[in-house]
Amino acid sequence: MKRDADFEQLARYTGEWMRGEGPESDIVISTRVRLARNLADFPFIRRCSDEDRLSIERTVRSRMETIADRLWESAQYVDLEPLSEIDRQLLVERQLISREIADSDGSRAVAFDASEGYSVMINEEDHLRIQVMRSGLDIENTWKQVNRIDDMLEEVVLYAFHPRYGYLTACPTNVGTGLRVSVMLHLPALVITEQMDRVFRSMQRINVTVRGLYGEGSQYTGDFYQVSNQVTLGYTESELLDLVGKEVAPRIIEYERKAREALLKNNRDDLHDEVSRAMGILSTARKISSEETMHHLSKIRLGISMGLIDKPDVKIINQLFLQSQSAHLQKLQGRILGTAERHARRASFLQQHLSGKDDATWN
Amino acid sequence: MKCQFCEKPATFHITELTEPTGPQVMHLCEEHAKGFLHKGASSPMAAIATALAKQLGQSGDDLEELDQKECPVCGITFREFRNSGRLGCPYDYTHFEADLRPLLINVHDRTDHAGKHPQRSAGTADSQARMIKLRSEMEEAIKSEDYERASELRDELKNMAAPLNPPNTETDDQS
Repeated sequence: MKRDADFEQLARYTGEWMRGEGPESDIVISTRVRLARNLADFPFIRRCSDEDRLSIERTVRSRMETIADRLWESAQYVDLEPLSEIDRQLLVERQLISREIADSDGSRAVAFDASEGYSVMINEEDHLRIQVMRSGLDIENTWKQVNRIDDMLEEVVLYAFHPRYGYLTACPTNVGTGLRVSVMLHLPALVITEQMDRVFRSMQRINVTVRGLYGEGSQYTGDFYQVSNQVTLGYTESELLDLVGKEVAPRIIEYERKAREALLKNNRDDLHDEVSRAMGILSTARKISSEETMHHLSKIRLGISMGLIDKPDVKIINQLFLQSQSAHLQKLQGRILGTAERHARRASFLQQHLSGKDDATWN
Repeated sequence: MKCQFCEKPATFHITELTEPTGPQVMHLCEEHAKGFLHKGASSPMAAIATALAKQLGQSGDDLEELDQKECPVCGITFREFRNSGRLGCPYDYTHFEADLRPLLINVHDRTDHAGKHPQRSAGTADSQARMIKLRSEMEEAIKSEDYERASELRDELKNMAAPLNPPNTETDDQS
């Protein structure tokens, strides 16, 4: 496993899961499956001493090294403790680590592969958080990969497991399978037609939660919603995967498609106008916040998916979503920027890429 | 009346009508009420808060007694768990089992694991607890520079974990 990552280089590219490909990718951005696991011979993170945390980090790292060549083709291991705030933020923006682990203290780390499809967080809320991300709605393959990593880690570390309660986790809301299946959906038409409340209400009855782009506690920005299973205990992994992947996500996708059809039929001109204005603002603004950027990028993405505009490619919009965020902008600029500078830099960055003048940072 | 989650007086009395089991009254201090009302009903903390409030009812004495209950392995009290929503060690699921079960039913509807099992056993809850205790004693011994004792504890820990470790895996505990 390669130690540490080149963050300047990282900021220039997007992971495979942001490519805008895969099943239902006009509406489904990505599928993520994560497993929460704890070592049997340590307290949970909340009651760990500094020595415990260090020992967990070292133990997991060295054990992972013994299986690294089987685990994934090229892995990077990043010690988060000595990292600058901006580099940690960059990893949050790429969804390789959670906001929680970025903001916590003490020994903690993340291992991820070059395509950024897999990541293992060490010393998050649980000792191990294993996650796999894929583009589009692809529950089965995502699960297969995360399960494979889990099986391999099980060979080298001892998991805390109870015959009745399953895999033991710091929060009782994750106990049992420790499995969270999340599908990231782009639902602008349901937002425009004011049907999201109805979707939220219907979801609450069937044990799934709907959250904003960066998960728990975050705001819903840019019409992106994450749907995931609420329960983890008493159901098999495949039941939980099916709940999200076969029952809930397809239903929401269908609602969104119907809402898009209705918009095309009844409000095509208004919608086209909105999409064009969004394009106009992002192509000409001299300064812009990340919230406003998200809002307009969302409209443009909708316009592309609905065939109202034919360029840019949805892949470029996905990249702009990622790279117009604060840490990415600052990394690409090579220095820390104040708020006003960031707004100006973001505007010129968007202008360059939407006009197609500068593609120097694209892969 | 005290807040259901801390020692402060309960100034908010919230009746929840969304629960399928019927109206549920919660007595909270300003801070906990704010947290409860601002967090979406779907957040884990809110799920735990709702479940615990329902479970504990309104009996202050019972709550006081339960709050004092402490895990012999990690030392976490039930109060600390209630306030943070996070448990302290794997043994808490054994020590607080009776108190956690209604919560698990409330959150998951079920109490028995139906999914995957690890390929290797980590031993019984007691042996896992013993390993955690040994480790903590070893850290204490290192801190107080009693290296002889630390080394004994380290050996004992190694022996306990050894049959469970795969062959040819280097021991990599912190020394």
